[in-house]
Amino acid sequence: MADKQSFEIVVIGGGPGGYVAAIRAAQLGMSAAVIEREHLGGVCLNWGCIPTKALLRAAEMRHSIDEMKEFGITITGEVTIDLPAVVKRSRKVAARLSAGVKHLLKKNKVTVFEAEAKLGAKTGDGRDIMLSTGDSLNAKHVLIATGARARSLPGIEADGKTILTYREAMVPETMPKSLLIVGSGAIGAEFASFYHDMGVEVHLVEAMDRILPVEDPEISAIAQKSFVARGINVVTGVKITSLTKTGKNVTATFEGEQADLTADRAILAVGIAGNIENLGLEGTTVKTDRGHIITDQWAATDEPGVYAIGDVTGPPWLAHKASHEGILCVEKIAGMTDLHPIGAGAVPGCTYCRPQVASVGMTEAAAKEAGHDIKVGRFPFVGNGKAIAMGDDAGMIKTIFDQKTGELLGAHMVGPEVTELIQGYAIARTLEATEAELIKTIFPHPTLSEAMHESVLDAYDRAIHF
Amino acid sequence: MAVEIKMPALSPTMETGTLAKWNVAVGDNVRSGDVIAEIETDKATMEVEAVEEGTIAAITVAAGAENVAVGAVIAVLAEEGEDVSSAATGTAKTVATAPAAGPAKTVATPEPKPEPKPDPKPEVKPALAPKLTPAVGPKPQTGNASGRVFASPLARRIAADRGLDIASIKGSGPHGRILRVDVEAAGAPIASAPIISSHPTPAASPGASDLVPNNQMRKVIADRLQHSKQTAPHFYLTVDCMIDTLLSARVSINEIAEDGVKISVNDLVIRAAAMALIKVPEANASWEGDSTRLFHHADISVAVAIDGGLVTPVIWAAEQRSLSEISSTSRDLASRARAGKLAPEEYSGGSFTISNLGMFGVREFAAVINPPQGAILAVGAGEQRAVIIEGELAVATVMTVTLSCDHRVVDGAVGARWLQAFKSFIENPVTMLL
Repeated sequence: MADKQSFEIVVIGGGPGGYVAAIRAAQLGMSAAVIEREHLGGVCLNWGCIPTKALLRAAEMRHSIDEMKEFGITITGEVTIDLPAVVKRSRKVAARLSAGVKHLLKKNKVTVFEAEAKLGAKTGDGRDIMLSTGDSLNAKHVLIATGARARSLPGIEADGKTILTYREAMVPETMPKSLLIVGSGAIGAEFASFYHDMGVEVHLVEAMDRILPVEDPEISAIAQKSFVARGINVVTGVKITSLTKTGKNVTATFEGEQADLTADRAILAVGIAGNIENLGLEGTTVKTDRGHIITDQWAATDEPGVYAIGDVTGPPWLAHKASHEGILCVEKIAGMTDLHPIGAGAVPGCTYCRPQVASVGMTEAAAKEAGHDIKVGRFPFVGNGKAIAMGDDAGMIKTIFDQKTGELLGAHMVGPEVTELIQGYAIARTLEATEAELIKTIFPHPTLSEAMHESVLDAYDRAIHF
Repeated sequence: MAVEIKMPALSPTMETGTLAKWNVAVGDNVRSGDVIAEIETDKATMEVEAVEEGTIAAITVAAGAENVAVGAVIAVLAEEGEDVSSAATGTAKTVATAPAAGPAKTVATPEPKPEPKPDPKPEVKPALAPKLTPAVGPKPQTGNASGRVFASPLARRIAADRGLDIASIKGSGPHGRILRVDVEAAGAPIASAPIISSHPTPAASPGASDLVPNNQMRKVIADRLQHSKQTAPHFYLTVDCMIDTLLSARVSINEIAEDGVKISVNDLVIRAAAMALIKVPEANASWEGDSTRLFHHADISVAVAIDGGLVTPVIWAAEQRSLSEISSTSRDLASRARAGKLAPEEYSGGSFTISNLGMFGVREFAAVINPPQGAILAVGAGEQRAVIIEGELAVATVMTVTLSCDHRVVDGAVGARWLQAFKSFIENPVTMLL
């Protein structure tokens, strides 16, 4: 047997947490390897963020055809959707980016192993890692970045044909006539938006009292109103008791008085569970809790030399959080100073349904609960010239400031392109800007971003255009 | 030749201070040893003495200026025979050419002042050059000699709000930028017992009052205690301790103690609290957001009232100190606290605070927790009260103590067990001497 290859850092999992951590480690002069069992880029790039954005773009284009008339453009002839072509393009986008990740790792001299991995015995100052290919490696530091998969509900299992998870839902061979989506977080809301725009009758079922329940209630309400107005059947505050396949259909029953719902297919979007199995964790002191690995604020587990980042460590399940954690973890290992753990509310969240939703920091309720005296600003896109010109003026921007310090505690947006806007507030929060700096910043006209400025002005009773 | 008088450093860690008051004006002749100005830090007011003779040619930093950097030129002295006006105008050149003048040219040296003046009334000096020191009016702009301070806007605002000098805070952000967390971690710990100072009111004019500017210490006390009361969920546990045995034990101890050692009731309270903290270590903790800090030792902060406020010097690892050591240490810390002579490390930190208002005859009170500590013990006066012992009415000396707990780290049962341990040590003093 050949000599075991040794690395300073071995990352298990090549998703947005893992491959980014490996590249950062290489940048810092460490020898790094990534072990990936399926696709470089992970779920995000192959089965999540990226391919769904390609699908949603197709849905948006389909929707814009309906609006052409208002803009003075008439299309004659039938509008048809070539579903296989829509899905094919989405897969092409994912494949292109996955190849890109492979190139980036090569460029940074990160060794890639295509295999499953298991933690082995501790050695001198490292640890063995066994690969499913039969090889083994040795690593001084091991980062577990194995991500997560769709969670099931008790008694409700996805079969991939009638009851789908996100994975099957993004590669439909045919369009169902009707679709039942269980769970209205980012995944559920995006699929509801996509399938409805593609002409499917959609029922969106949520156990909480509103869709997008992690968002500020005012924002959820606007998104929900928009969903309902375009014909999505939104059912909130109901707990599903069973999801039964009946012939070609699937029927959901609920607690209480909610009538049964029947559809051609169903998507389970009720959260995700960490991939913690078959990693050899049982031979370590790594602690887990309800399917997630427990770490400290620097991503260290209880086992020296073993770290975990991203979805496998629990919510929020967001690619950019995983990437940031990976970089932070590696920089900490490298002994860099000036590092700060990820602060509460520092991770922005984006949902790419129509209308888009984006937020960073605390909701109004959370800010009050934390004991802040707050100032709240609101600005609707109907007061924004660019939004009106674009014909997309639904939605609003809400900002929350600490009355005493002027800290931007939270920003919540629903409306056109808000997922591209939220970074402005994220930067302001990182720079610890107060309302004064935001007020004094010149926002370009005419842009959607002016609504961000006006929302801040409104918090201080100074809004100009509303 | 003109001599620059620079802002002195009153402690090794001081980086800036407030020029509280000038005792001289331009044109005044000063002799070595004359008190020419008063400098205020967040802890104390100190006098600045002249060490050379001459005439004040210029005052470059006005009275009341805050955040004056150590080493900044505050005045210019014309030496005997020198033309005052040319010395004053020559200042700029001197500063520019010799910015790093050694201590030999720094003529002002700090002289710790035993008793800070309670209520410094601004004296109007008619001889002052009008453009230099306006007695009232806008706050003079102070130049920051040490250059630009990199701090986030939020950090600046919180620092200003808490009366902290941003330039003295170490930054943990990129390139040493001062962030909010750095400001929140800074700030001298000032304890909690509310001290209300009474101002004599002239009887004749109804409604008359003085508007006294709040000094650094006042602002720090205000901010820290407000922060504590607003963020730490306080709850209070009160217990009566019978201290007749303790009092007689104290007499016996002092009889056999070496000369000069006189154990006070408060020393015994400190000892008992330290032992109780070791016995119930969960109470020896502080809330730090994502983590709870568990202290290894009973580092006991003792609230000491001083002119215009209070400080909380720390008796480190009190559980390892003998009673006589606790006694001498606390007496030394208290007297130096009143003299404004404590070094910052002597009043920073600590795991638990004791505030004793028994000497004022206070029967019982509830103190505000000294953040980020988890609890504070408010000690009332020992007094004779009617008590019922085994069904019989009797007279005993009783001391009521109240433990204020931060519920985020100290739960009710933990606080109660701590008090139980404390009471047991106090009522059976022999056990705390082991």
